Amino acid sequence: MVKLKIDREKCKGCMLCVSFCPKGALSAEEKLNKRGIKPVKFKEEAGCIGCRMCMIICPDNCIETEK
Amino acid sequence: MKNKQKNFAQSRSLRNISTHYCPGCGHGIAHRLIAETIDELGIREKVIAVAPVGCAVIAYDYWDFDCSEAAHGRAMAVATAIKRVRPQNIVFTYQGDGDLAAIGTNETIHAANRGENISVVFINNAIYGMTGGQMAPTTLLGQKTATTLSGRDARLQGHPLKISEMLAVLPGVKFVERVSLHSPQEVMKTKKAVHQIFKNQIDNLGFSLVEILSPCPTYWGISPKGALEWIRDVMSKEFPLGRIK
Amino acid sequence: MTGNEAIAEGAIQAGCDFYAGYPITPQNELTAYMAKEMPRKTRVFIQAESEIAAINMVFGAAAAGARAMTSSSSPGISLKQEGISYLAGAQLPAVIVNIMRGGPGLGNIMPSQADYFQATRGGGHGDYHCPVLAPSSVQEAYDLMFLSFELADKYRNPVMILGDGMLGQMMEPLCVRRSAFGVRRYKKPWALTGCRGRRPNVVKSFFIREGDLETFNLLLQKKYHTIRREEQRWEGLFLEDARVVVVAYGTMARIAKSAVVNLRKAGRRVGLIRPVTLWPFPVEAFENSVKLKAQSAKRPRYLVLEMSYGQMVEDVKLTLNGRATIEFLGRSGGGVPGEREIEKQILKLLS
Repeated sequence: MVKLKIDREKCKGCMLCVSFCPKGALSAEEKLNKRGIKPVKFKEEAGCIGCRMCMIICPDNCIETEK
Repeated sequence: MKNKQKNFAQSRSLRNISTHYCPGCGHGIAHRLIAETIDELGIREKVIAVAPVGCAVIAYDYWDFDCSEAAHGRAMAVATAIKRVRPQNIVFTYQGDGDLAAIGTNETIHAANRGENISVVFINNAIYGMTGGQMAPTTLLGQKTATTLSGRDARLQGHPLKISEMLAVLPGVKFVERVSLHSPQEVMKTKKAVHQIFKNQIDNLGFSLVEILSPCPTYWGISPKGALEWIRDVMSKEFPLGRIK
Repeated sequence: MTGNEAIAEGAIQAGCDFYAGYPITPQNELTAYMAKEMPRKTRVFIQAESEIAAINMVFGAAAAGARAMTSSSSPGISLKQEGISYLAGAQLPAVIVNIMRGGPGLGNIMPSQADYFQATRGGGHGDYHCPVLAPSSVQEAYDLMFLSFELADKYRNPVMILGDGMLGQMMEPLCVRRSAFGVRRYKKPWALTGCRGRRPNVVKSFFIREGDLETFNLLLQKKYHTIRREEQRWEGLFLEDARVVVVAYGTMARIAKSAVVNLRKAGRRVGLIRPVTLWPFPVEAFENSVKLKAQSAKRPRYLVLEMSYGQMVEDVKLTLNGRATIEFLGRSGGGVPGEREIEKQILKLLS
């Protein structure tokens, strides 16, 4: 199982990662970050397959894998 | 995911800071692809970048290697001289459509025609971002901008300028490819093309350019996702993807 | 050798690594000389696609640590102004030669000194200055190339050589005396060389954060203050007892000098100040001459001669600030005040 770490303060909320995730493992958080936007959060239970689509499309380098 | 290199945020050539770019802007992706390529080729300590005037004017704040500013449109003149003075270094320019294909067309064509052994990353987002969304040379017909309020009209503003195709006919030009950032798959292709233009310079093959169709959700007035779809469905019809030379 | 060729040879001897230029009369011999000699010494010569490209190539070469130079004539120098402003803003050393011709607009290719304001006031946008050197002979044109590269590197600032078509085309014997000057190579830790073993360098003139640009401008002003204090140069002739002091630079000063010498031979008390640096303006020369004159009862008189309708005369007025009578004689658009005309004017002031 792959775990993603998201830098919620760097996230600008463009949601591109969300639209390209084949497993629906990413969604907007309810809580605002310091920028005043709702950053992306990782849903572990959705079963990330590590396809890296989110990382490739993220313009702000917010997503990393966690061992 | 075992491969640690795939954690882009850790790219040596890219500083781990937030950019000033708007949400969904393509510059962040393009910056990262360049940084990754430079790391993979092991040339970070040899690279000298030339940043444009436009949204990417402070690209040097995000990259972690030597970088020069250039006056608007003059990046290739600056890069020409740097490469001639220091042929052992790897010199590239990073320019937008206004910079490369409007105010700097002369410098662009002549650097290409001289066959300068430099790499050029050309960001085409069909608009002037930094100044507030005016018409670019690459703005599509019918596209509304701050200076084409009812859409670009060929009779008044001419057609979108296909500078890459123009450059491809010059004997001094080694490599031209048009790629896009509209999906992860296309980003991967873009990475390959970026890699190629640097590799060509290392191999002394001459002028190599990659044109990247890049989203500007803010001044296109659409969502980040919608911007990528617009590239896929509309922009890439006017600017066909693939190897031009 | 012509003045143009002497400038080119001087630049090469002074260690110019990079030259980019675009054809324009009356400085073409300079570019041609560089095209011939620079590659022979494995240095870089580029015929650029425009004056704009040339000055931006100079920007790139200077950023990469080279001694870089371009040359042009008035309309071409106007085109270069944006680039010169960027050089000043990025604190890059470079040498720009202007072999002036008649203006405004396309004007003509006759000698002129009508670009004085443009050269000494900065020329491009922003609050900056370039040291401006004005040779008046072929030998001096050669000699000043050493100084221009030295000043450029020492102060990290563009330096301008201001000549005119007459000087550029004039043939005079030249003593090639490199050893008399020596070429000092400055360390350039700020240059773009690739970031091996150090933190990355950035060459830029952009200061977006509030307050940064003001701080940077204060730094520039400090530099300009030092240059004003340290780098004034001029030639003075017969100033000890002169009742009338003629002020002229470049080619105009040659004619002025000849008139002054003629009148001296006839026992007339006339002297000459020939500014060699137009910026910084040699105020010291004037302070000295005013002091000398203060000892005599008569109000000091100056005659400013230019191949323009009055540009340097403003600096003379600013310098003397009401302490002297200042007359002006000038012609422009290709006209040059003649020796007789000058002598007549001096005699009028002496009477």
